[in-house]
Amino acid sequence: MQRTTEAPSAVRATRPAEETALSKESPANAKSTSGAPRISIAVDDTRQVRTLNVKAAVDNVNFYYGEHRALKNLTIPIADRQVTALIGPSGCGKSTFLRCFNRMHDLQPGTRYEGSITLHPDNLNLIGPGVDPIEVRMRIGMVFQKPNPFPKSIFENVAYGLRLRGLRNRATLAEEVEKALRGAALWDEAKDRLQDSALALSGGQMQRLCIARALATKPEILLFDEPTSALDPIATAKIEELISTLRDQVTVLIVTHNMQQAARVSDYTAFMYIGELIEFDEAAKIFTNPSKKATEDYITGRYG
Amino acid sequence: MSAVSSAAMLEAEKLRGGLSRRKLLDKAFVVIGLSIMLGCLAILAVLFIDLVRDGAPRFGWDFLTNFASRRATSAGILAAWVGTSLIMLVTAVCAVPIGVMAAIYLEEYAPKNWFTAIVEINVTNLAGVPSIVYGLLALGLLVHQFDLGQSILAAGLTLALLILPIVIVATRESIRSVPNAIREAAYGLGATRWEVTKDHVLPYSTGGILTGMILGLSRAIGETAPIITIGALSFIAFLPDSPIKSEFPFVSFQWLHDPFTAMPIQMFNWVSRPDQAFQANAAAAGAILLCMTLAMNGVAIFIRYRFRKKINW
Repeated sequence: MQRTTEAPSAVRATRPAEETALSKESPANAKSTSGAPRISIAVDDTRQVRTLNVKAAVDNVNFYYGEHRALKNLTIPIADRQVTALIGPSGCGKSTFLRCFNRMHDLQPGTRYEGSITLHPDNLNLIGPGVDPIEVRMRIGMVFQKPNPFPKSIFENVAYGLRLRGLRNRATLAEEVEKALRGAALWDEAKDRLQDSALALSGGQMQRLCIARALATKPEILLFDEPTSALDPIATAKIEELISTLRDQVTVLIVTHNMQQAARVSDYTAFMYIGELIEFDEAAKIFTNPSKKATEDYITGRYG
Repeated sequence: MSAVSSAAMLEAEKLRGGLSRRKLLDKAFVVIGLSIMLGCLAILAVLFIDLVRDGAPRFGWDFLTNFASRRATSAGILAAWVGTSLIMLVTAVCAVPIGVMAAIYLEEYAPKNWFTAIVEINVTNLAGVPSIVYGLLALGLLVHQFDLGQSILAAGLTLALLILPIVIVATRESIRSVPNAIREAAYGLGATRWEVTKDHVLPYSTGGILTGMILGLSRAIGETAPIITIGALSFIAFLPDSPIKSEFPFVSFQWLHDPFTAMPIQMFNWVSRPDQAFQANAAAAGAILLCMTLAMNGVAIFIRYRFRKKINW
C-alpha cells in the first residue's frame, strides 16, 4: 500500500527536474525543415546532448475503459528511428498505452481517448476523434505478444497487408515479400517454403514472420507488445537482435516485462506505474542511475 | 525409531487404500460410459438391419426408377427421392446464405445490447419449436398468403425456416472458434471489418459452417409433419418439370412450382396401408432414407476432418 502512494508523489515532487530532462528546443534553433519538433535529452552535464527528431509526440494522454481511467496524463516524445521501451509492473497500462498508437481500443465498445498523439511530419493526431482508425493502422504496424500468423502460406501472410493496399502485380508482390522477409531475418529459412503453411514454422520463426508481415507495408512506427514473452531464450535473442537492426528503418516502440531486454534493445525507456509515467530517459540512464526511487525499486527487482 | 517407521507405513497403507478405491471409481465410469454408448449404437444398428431385412425383396434398380403404384411389387420411389433431392436443394440454397449472414452479423458486427440479446435468445429458442408449428406457419404464409401453392418451393422454404436456427447456431460456434488474435492481426494491418470477415473469419470457419449446414439438412430430410401440413401429395406418378430445356433459355424454374412428394411422405403412405406387401416397400424406402442421412453425415465428418487437418490453432 505504501508503494502505491509513493509512486505518484515521486512524480509530483520532481516535476521541475523533469522539464529540464525533456526540454524541447526552441523553434528558432530547430534545424528540421518539416517543422517536426526535436528533443534533446541530457540530464547531467557529463553526457553528450543528443538531438533527435520526434516521430510522435504524446501529449497529456488519458485513456478510459468505461469509467475506469487506465492512463493518466501521459506525456512522452517518441524519438524518430530509435527504440523506445515501455516498462513497468503488470497492469501498469503499458500495453494499453501501446494500443493507443494503432487505435486497437476502438475495436472494443466503451473506450475513450483524451489528449493527443501527434504523428510527425504531417501532424496527424492519432487519437483524434475525426481520424480514421483504419488509416492509423495502415501507417503503424503491430507485433503481438503471441505469434499470430494467419493459417495461410508464408507468402500470403506477408503479402496480406500489401493486398489490402490494392497491390495486385505478382512480381511486385514477390519482390516486396522477399524484402520484408529479409528485413525480418527470415528469408534464408523461408525462401524454399514460401508456399508452406505458416503454422508449420517454429514459435520464433512465426514471430519473425509476424514482424515481416508488419514490415511489408512499411509502417512509420512499429509497435511490439511483449514480442518474446512466449518464446525460448534462443528465439528471444534473435528477435532482440532483429529489433536492434530495425531501428535504422523504423521507429520502434516496445512493451516488455523483461528489464534486461529493455536495457539491451532500447535507446529510451519509459517506466510506468498504475497508468502514470514515472520516469522517461535514455535507457542507459534509467538502468544505471534512475532519478526516481520507484524506478530504482522496480529495476532492482523490489517489486513487479 | 521403529514406531516412527511403522506409523509412516500405516500412513502409506491408508493412501494406497484410498487410491485404489478412487481408481476403481474411475474404471467404473469408463465401463458405464462405454456400455451406454455401445447400447445406443446397437439400437441404431438393429433398426437399420431390421429395415434392410424387411425391405430386402424390394431393393433393386426398379425400386428407384418406378413411380408409386397400386401393386406393391411394382411400386417405386422415383417421385419421392427426386422430390426430396429438389426440396433439399431449395432448402440449402435458402437457409445457408441467410443463416451464415445472420450469424456473421450477430458475431462480428452486432453491438452487445438488449436488442441483440433478445435476438440471440430467440434464435436459440427457434431451434426448439416443434416442426408442425413451422408447417402451420408455412401453410398460412407461404401457401396461401404468398400464393406459392403446394409446391417444391413452398416445401423447401418451410424446411429452410426449420433449419435456419441450426445453421445460425453452428455458424456462430464456428466463427467464435477463430482466435481473436487472428482478427487483431488483420485489423492491425489496416483491414476493415468486412475484409477481416471475408479473408479470415469465414475461410477459417468453413469446416464448421459446412458441418452445421449438413447437420441441418440431415434433420430436414426426415421431416414429415411440416410438408404434410403444407399439402405434399402422397401419390404422384410424374416428375417435376425438367430444369434443363432443349430450347432457349435452356434453364427453367417451372419445377419450383410443381407439386411433389418426398421420401418420408411416401413411407408414411405405405405404412398406413392395410396390405402387408407395402410394409416391405416402406422398410426399403426407410433404409434408403437412412442411407441418405448417414451419407450426408459422413460428408460432414469428412469436411470437418479435412479443415481441421489444414488449420490447427
